[in-house]
Amino acid sequence: MIALPRFRSIRQRLVVLLLLAAALLSVLLFISVRAIAWASVEASQDSILGAATIAIAEELRGGEESVLVEIPYAAFSMLGSSGEDRIFYRILVGGDTVTGYGDLPLPATEATGLEPVFYSRPYQGEAIRLAAVGRSVLVGGVPVKAQVLVGQTRSAQAQIIARMSSRAAALGMGFFFLSAVLALLTAQAVVRPVNTLAEALGRRGPQDLRPVRRPVPDELDPLVAALNGLMARLTAALSRTETFIAEAAHHIRTPLATLRTHAEIAQRITEEEEVLARLREIRRAADDSSRSAGQLLDHATVAYRTDQRAEEDLDLRGVIADVLRAAEPTAELKDLHFVVSVPDGPVPIRGDRLLLESAVRNLVDNAIKYSDGDDAIDLRLDVANGLARLAILDRGRGLGDRQGRDLTRRFTRGSNVADVVGSGLGLTIVREVARAQSGTFRIENREGKGACAILSLPLA
Amino acid sequence: MRFLLIEDNADLAQSVAARLSLDGHAVDVAGSLAGAEDHLAVAGYDLILLDIMLPDGDGRDFLRLHRAANRDTPVIVMTARSEVSERIAILDAGADDYLTKPFDFNELGARMRAVLRRRAGSARTERSFADLVFDPLTATLRLGDETRDLRNRELRLMEIFLSAPDRIYSKDQLCDRLFSAADAVSDNAIEVYVGRLRRKLEGSRARIETVRGVGYRLTAQ
Repeated sequence: MIALPRFRSIRQRLVVLLLLAAALLSVLLFISVRAIAWASVEASQDSILGAATIAIAEELRGGEESVLVEIPYAAFSMLGSSGEDRIFYRILVGGDTVTGYGDLPLPATEATGLEPVFYSRPYQGEAIRLAAVGRSVLVGGVPVKAQVLVGQTRSAQAQIIARMSSRAAALGMGFFFLSAVLALLTAQAVVRPVNTLAEALGRRGPQDLRPVRRPVPDELDPLVAALNGLMARLTAALSRTETFIAEAAHHIRTPLATLRTHAEIAQRITEEEEVLARLREIRRAADDSSRSAGQLLDHATVAYRTDQRAEEDLDLRGVIADVLRAAEPTAELKDLHFVVSVPDGPVPIRGDRLLLESAVRNLVDNAIKYSDGDDAIDLRLDVANGLARLAILDRGRGLGDRQGRDLTRRFTRGSNVADVVGSGLGLTIVREVARAQSGTFRIENREGKGACAILSLPLA
Repeated sequence: MRFLLIEDNADLAQSVAARLSLDGHAVDVAGSLAGAEDHLAVAGYDLILLDIMLPDGDGRDFLRLHRAANRDTPVIVMTARSEVSERIAILDAGADDYLTKPFDFNELGARMRAVLRRRAGSARTERSFADLVFDPLTATLRLGDETRDLRNRELRLMEIFLSAPDRIYSKDQLCDRLFSAADAVSDNAIEVYVGRLRRKLEGSRARIETVRGVGYRLTAQ
């Protein structure tokens, strides 16, 4: 096996392999075309050489004492027609050279008939091609064996061969280039399903965990099956997370509710100041942990939903109205009221309803929590520059000396809120929702008093 | 008022019932949907408090059946899940409102009033004291022909005093009942609200006395 370099790309690998094969085939083509050309040129040259030799042999005439040789010049002109080659001849009678070049090499086996024997030998520093024929000539009535050898240098043949070789080479090159183009196209065609699959997966949002359903070539089936298996496992893990969040919520909140209720009852039935103070702490701790647990679970839900976004077309006004309806009784407990201004027309947003409600609810909860009571909480929704901008303004204690950006960090709370129950996760949730919905969130001190939280989201 | 509490966690059910009876409500407890049906078959209720996860079914199924049977008793669901999706599902199934466990009884009270107001139900919530008629549902005090609106904290303060007239409440006790732990409460908050309630009581025979060094009480002259 040839050790192939390790290619990172299938396409590259395919192209290189196809080019190697094409090069090999081109070389074979060149070699075989040249060999055929060689053989056919040699055969045609041989037949001329053979014909010339036979022509000379046929002119041998027997006599009383010797053999009469009359070289037919036509024979040589036949040979001479094929270029500037030099021609040699030798005629032997009974083993003695009677005319011609006495040192012209003999064939390996003596030629006995008019069927020429062809052979190649070096002669006078050149490779020559020879033909030999034999016949019997009567000398004084006795048959004597005569041999005629004709040799020819091969420069004409070499020229023809060279010409044909260069044509073969050109043919081979042409073949190679054509193959190269075809190899590139083939590689592209072979890799295309992989590319289309990759593109289809790439176009998906990072949260799209639906299995791949598009038809793929058989070879990609195992890959797609493995991919779908992975996605299914991921989806299952995510839904287990959801179930876990629900059950955790149930198991944490139910005992806390019991604890809190008992504390409230005890508060109602005791007169002892010392006990009341303790119960107050218990209730506060229960509220604190239930709020933290709630926010942690909310945070987990937001993270989970961000991973598995269920987008729909929403009217942001509806989201705000729903949150306010749920928050109204809590606000009422503190004699707070909402002053809401929203555009007359719909404010279309494409997003996850649950995430958006979580964000708005956290902001409204904060405004309620940090307001002193008997105040208004302003909610202003307006639309500008392709953004829906929701501002929530309260007259509470504001951010203290912390920056709004710091407060969106996990478990970071303002330095001025130690006396109020909180988890430090609310604004983190808002920020994460803003991020998941390609929006922005900032919170700052409001002029005069209070805080101003602004959530901007791109319009659908 | 008469409550039906449908909750399978016995500890929680018992404590919620005990807490509600402190406010003078009557509470029946059912541990399952079947038990709830038994109660509903024989008694009328002003409000149903419903847990979602029950041993013999889902509270949402109960809601659907309840609405399908055209029973108009308002239902407030108590859920352990705070997500909006859960809330939407609960409201869609026909609940009037929902509370996330653990809940503040002040919040339950506020939601209850809101639900009863919305439904303009048959629940009688009026209470008389001296020459006053107090209606927590409409948040009003009636003195003869005159109706005075109460703000929420004034209303709850009135409820606290009315639950035990002549009892002396310390500032801390009032604070505990008027505010939740999540509220930021200033030192003079109770004085502020007592002062406001006193103004609403002006002209009636009811008055809030300051018992120096101890607290406040509601008395009739």
